[in-house]
Amino acid sequence: MSVDRATVAKIASLARINMSEADLDTMVPEFNTILNFVDQLSEVDVSGVEPMTAVIPNKLRLRADAVNADPLTGGGIRDKILANAPVAEHGFFGVPKVIE
Amino acid sequence: MTELTELGIKAIREGVKAGDFSAREVAEGFNANIASAEALNAFITATPDHALKAADAVDAARAKGEELGSMAGVPIGVKDLFATQGVQTSAASHILEGFKPEYESTVSRKLWEAGAGMLGKLNLDQFAMGSSNESSYFGEVVSPWRKQGSDAKLAPGGSSGGSSAAVAARLAPAATGTDTGGSIRQPAAFTGITGIKPTYGRCSRWGIVAFASSLDQAGPMAKDVTDCAIMLEAMAGFDPKDSTSLDLPVPDWEAALSSDLTGKKIGIPKEYRMDGLAADVAKAWDDGIQWLKDAGAEVVDISLPHTKYALASYYIIAPAEASSNLARYDGVRYGLRDLPEGANLQDMYAATRAAGFGDEVKRRILIGTYVLSAGFYDAYYTQAQKVRTLVQRDFMSAFEQCDVILAPTAPTAAFALGEKTGDPLEMYMGDVFSVPASLAGLPAMSVPSGLNADGLPLGLQIIGKPFDEQGVLNAGLALEERAGFTAKPQKWW
Amino acid sequence: MLALHWKNALALQLNRRSGGEMSNYRIQGATGEWEVVIGLEVHAQVTSEAKLFSSSSTQFGAEPNTQVSLIDAAMPGMLPVPNQECIRQAVRTGMAINAQINKYSRFDRKNYFYADLPQGYQISQLYHPIVGEGELLIEADEKAGLPEDKVIGIERIHVEQDAGKLMHDQHPTMSYVDLNRCGVALMEIVSRPDMTSPAEAGAYLAKLRSILRYVGSCDGNMDQGSMRADVNVSVRRPGEELGTRTETKNVNSVRFVMQVVEVEAQRQVDLIEDGGTVVQETRLFDPTSGTTRSMRSKEDAHDYRYFPDPDLLPVELDDAFLEDCKASLPELPDAKRARYIEKLGLSVYNARELTAEVETFGRFETLLAETAKILGKDESALATQVANWSLSIAPGVLKSLGDEANPAYSTAEAQAKILKMQDAGEISGGQAKEIYEIVLKTGRDAEEIAEAEGLKQVSDTGAIEAKIDEVLAANQDKVEQYRGGKDKLFGFFVGQTMKAMQGKGNPAVVNELLKQKLG
Repeated sequence: MSVDRATVAKIASLARINMSEADLDTMVPEFNTILNFVDQLSEVDVSGVEPMTAVIPNKLRLRADAVNADPLTGGGIRDKILANAPVAEHGFFGVPKVIE
Repeated sequence: MTELTELGIKAIREGVKAGDFSAREVAEGFNANIASAEALNAFITATPDHALKAADAVDAARAKGEELGSMAGVPIGVKDLFATQGVQTSAASHILEGFKPEYESTVSRKLWEAGAGMLGKLNLDQFAMGSSNESSYFGEVVSPWRKQGSDAKLAPGGSSGGSSAAVAARLAPAATGTDTGGSIRQPAAFTGITGIKPTYGRCSRWGIVAFASSLDQAGPMAKDVTDCAIMLEAMAGFDPKDSTSLDLPVPDWEAALSSDLTGKKIGIPKEYRMDGLAADVAKAWDDGIQWLKDAGAEVVDISLPHTKYALASYYIIAPAEASSNLARYDGVRYGLRDLPEGANLQDMYAATRAAGFGDEVKRRILIGTYVLSAGFYDAYYTQAQKVRTLVQRDFMSAFEQCDVILAPTAPTAAFALGEKTGDPLEMYMGDVFSVPASLAGLPAMSVPSGLNADGLPLGLQIIGKPFDEQGVLNAGLALEERAGFTAKPQKWW
Repeated sequence: MLALHWKNALALQLNRRSGGEMSNYRIQGATGEWEVVIGLEVHAQVTSEAKLFSSSSTQFGAEPNTQVSLIDAAMPGMLPVPNQECIRQAVRTGMAINAQINKYSRFDRKNYFYADLPQGYQISQLYHPIVGEGELLIEADEKAGLPEDKVIGIERIHVEQDAGKLMHDQHPTMSYVDLNRCGVALMEIVSRPDMTSPAEAGAYLAKLRSILRYVGSCDGNMDQGSMRADVNVSVRRPGEELGTRTETKNVNSVRFVMQVVEVEAQRQVDLIEDGGTVVQETRLFDPTSGTTRSMRSKEDAHDYRYFPDPDLLPVELDDAFLEDCKASLPELPDAKRARYIEKLGLSVYNARELTAEVETFGRFETLLAETAKILGKDESALATQVANWSLSIAPGVLKSLGDEANPAYSTAEAQAKILKMQDAGEISGGQAKEIYEIVLKTGRDAEEIAEAEGLKQVSDTGAIEAKIDEVLAANQDKVEQYRGGKDKLFGFFVGQTMKAMQGKGNPAVVNELLKQKLG
C-alpha cells in the first residue's frame, strides 16, 4: 500500500519532527518504497504463530524494594540529573510555559 | 621489535605482562596513529589522556607485582554509542552533541576494570542506523581500504564503521561495536577484521544508547578470533540493571578455543544462495565450506525458509522500537534544544528533533511511528513479530541438523561512499545475511576470508546456537587458520 | 492455566444486585428525564519504598528532582527493572476485589510527548494487565441516597509509571519540571460504567479507598495525590443507548467526584437540550468554581502507539508467589462487616461505620479486646457498648475538648477501665464522659479520677431509699395520682430522685426501689 503526503505529514507531527514541504517531497516516495517492501510480510502464513516476546528464553526478574540499592539506579543525585540540561533553574528543568 | 601498533589484544597483553614494552608505549603508539589519521574520520572524540592514564595504572600495577586483568595494557576504541562518564557520547548525532554522561556503560566499565584504556569515541552511523557510516552528523568514515588502482573513497560498513576502520588502519588494536542487524559483522567483513555479536543478553545494554532494544547487542571488533574471545569475555556477564541480561556465568572462551571441528556439522542454508549474490562472495563461501571440511567438520544442507522475509520483518521491528526509544531526545534534559521565537513546548520538540536528527534517523522514526499507529499495528508490527518467530523456528529446526551455520556476511564487498545513499532500500538489502541471526538473537561472527579481485576483503559469517559462542569462535578459528588472511590496507591517509 | 479466580464466600452471602441497574437518580431537563452513566478510572499510588523501575525513593514532599535516578530522567541507555513489591501489591489488591489474577502479564509502552514524561512513553499495561475482572460492593445507605446494596464491576487493574510534575507559576515564560514523582508505581483501577448517580460514584470511590487501605497497597492519601480519579460521565434518555462520554481528569476527593458527576451531567444535558452535541474530550475540574472545562493541551489526536516494552520480558507469577499474596491479606471490609453483624451482634449502622476506615475498626477492635479481657466477658456481650462508645461517645468528648485534649492519653487501657466501671454500674454514662474528659486532659488514671472527683454513682440502697422517701413525702398528690393509674408519672419520680442525688444515683437501683415503694 502507499500513503499520501498528508499521512506522512501527520505521522511526522505525531513523531514531533518538523518537516518542510521540501522534506516531504523527498520523504513521501522513500516512505512508500519502504512500505511497499515490508508489505511482502502479508504473504506469510502466520496462522497459529505467536508474536515473538523474548528472543532468547529468559525470565523477568523482579528486584527487591530497596531505596537507592545501587547509586546507578537510585536518586539523590540532582546535580548529575541536571548537569546536561539546556535550561535548569532552582533545581528544576525549564521548558516553555505550558498552558493546561 | 614489531611495531607495537601492529599488535592485537593478546600480543599486547602478553608483551606488557612480560615487560617487553610498557603499556604507556602502546598507548602512545596508537595515540600517534590516531592523530595522523584524521582523513579517515574514524574518531568523533580522541581521548589520548584516558588511554595514557589507564596505561600508567597498568604499568604501575605491574611494577608492584599485582595481578593484571585480561585486557591489561590494551587501549581500545569505543563506539560512540556507549556512555562514557565525562566524555561526550553523541551517537553520532547533533541532538546529543555535547552530551557528557554522568555514568559509564556496564560494558565499558567492565573493560576498564579488566585493564583496558580508552583511545577515544568512534564514529558510527547516527544512532547506529545505517550500513555505511554515512549517516553520522560528524561526517562519513572513510575506509582505509581502496580498490586496486583506484582512490575512490569506500564505505567502512556500518553502523560500527569507525570501529572497523580504526582496527583495520591500526588506530586501535580492538574496538567495541554494537550489532542490531549486522552492525558488527558487516563492517568487520568490509575491512578485513573479525567481529562477534554474542547471544542476545550476554552483554548488558545498560548505558548503551538504544536503537532497537530487542535486537541491540554489544560485541568486540578485533584483529582475530582469539582477540575477540578475550575481549568478549571482558565485556559479557550478567547485569541486574538490564532486565534482558542473561543470568549465566561467562565461559572461558579463550581457554577453550579449538579449531578441530571433528564431529561437528556445518549447515549451509540454501536460501542464502540468492539473486544478487556477488560471484566473488559466492566463491569465498565455497572456500569456507572446504576449509571447514578440512578442519574435520561435516557439511550439511539446511533450509531457512523464512529468510526472504527476515529483512522486511526487521525493517518494521527495528524502526518501531527506535521510534519509541528515540522519543526521549526532546531538548528538555540533555542535548540539543531548538526553541524558535514564540514556540510552545510541542513546537520545541518538533523543532529540536527536526534539527537534531539526520535524514536516516527521521526516516526510521517515521516508519516506526507509522507501523505502530492506530489501525496498522496488527498488520505491521504484530505480523512482523510473528514472522520473527518463524525465522527463529527456522534456525531452531536447522540446529537439529547442524552445530553452526556458515554463510557470507554481506552480499558484496565494500561499496563506494555515496553509491547507495540515494536509495535507502538498496542500502537495507545489504543486511540480508546478517539480519536473520539478529532477529533470532543468535551469536554470529564475521571472519575475513581473503581479498576479491579488486583487492578488497570479504567476510564469512558463522551463526551459532543460543549461548554457543564457543562453537562460533571455534569454527571462526578454523576458518581463520586456513584463510591465512594477512592483508592490510596500504597507508594513504 | 493462566488465571486464578479468588472468590470470597462472604461477599456472596451479602445481599447483592448485579451491576448496571439504574438508581432513581434522574436529571430533570427541559425536555424530560435523563439518566447518568458513570465509570471511574482510579489511579492509586502503590505503597512501596522505591519506584516501579528504579531504586529512587517514593517519599512525598522532597526537594525538586532529588528523588530522581538516571533511569527516571530517561538518560540515554537507561533500562527498567521492575520492583517486586509493586507487583505484589497489585496482586493483593486484585485478590481483595475478587478479581482474576493473571499469571502472565506484560508491560507496554504508551507513547506520547509531554514535559512530565521524560522517556516519551509511559510504561503501562494495555494488552495483558496483571489483574482482570473483579467487583466491589457498595452498601445500601438510605441517607446517602443509596437505597440498596449494589455490585460495581471492575474491568481491570494494571500497573504503570506515574509522571513528573510541572509548575506553571514560578517563572513568567517557563514551566518548571520536577521528576520526583516520575516512575512511582501506580495501579490504575478501571471500573465498569456501572454507576448511575453521584452517590454511587462517591460510595464506590470511598469503598475502593477503604479496601486499598485495608490491604495496605495504597495509603489513600487523596490530598497528596496518592489517589485520584478520572471520572467518565455520559447522559442518556432512560433506557436508550449510551451517550458520548467526557473524562474529567485527576479528581482528588470523594466529594469532588460527586460534584463532577453532578455538574458534568447537568452541563451535558443543557448542551444537548440546547441543540449541541457532547464531544469526547478530556476535562479538568475547578473546585473553586465548581465547574469543569475542556483541557485543550491534551486534545492532540490521541494515538498512543502501544506496543510491548522490548526492555522488559513478560511478568510470570508462580503459585507460591500467589499463595503468599493471598495469605498476607487481612480480613476485608465486607467480611468484617458481616462478622460484626453476625458474630458481634452489632447493628447494620454500627457495623458499617466501624468498618469504613482502617483506623476506626482498629481502635474498636483493640478496645473491645481490652474491655473483654479486664471484664472477663465474651466480646459479643460487650460489642454494642464498646461500639457506641467508639463511634459516638469517645469522639464526641474528644471533639468537645478541642486542643485541650491530648490524644496520646486516649489509650485502650484507660477507655476500657471507664467501660468496666460503667458495666459494673459504678458510674453513669454522664460520669463516664466526665472521667474521660479528665483522662484526655491530664492522663490520670480513670479509676483514681472516679474516686477522687466523686464521679461515682450511688448504688447503696439505704441512701437511695432515704432520698426516695423524701421525694415521695414532698409529692403526696402525685403519688396518689400515680397509684390512681397515671403511670407516666413514674419518670417524674425518677427525675426527682436523681435530682435529689445530684445525678449520682444508679438509675437501675433507683428504678427498682421506686417501683417497690410506689407498689
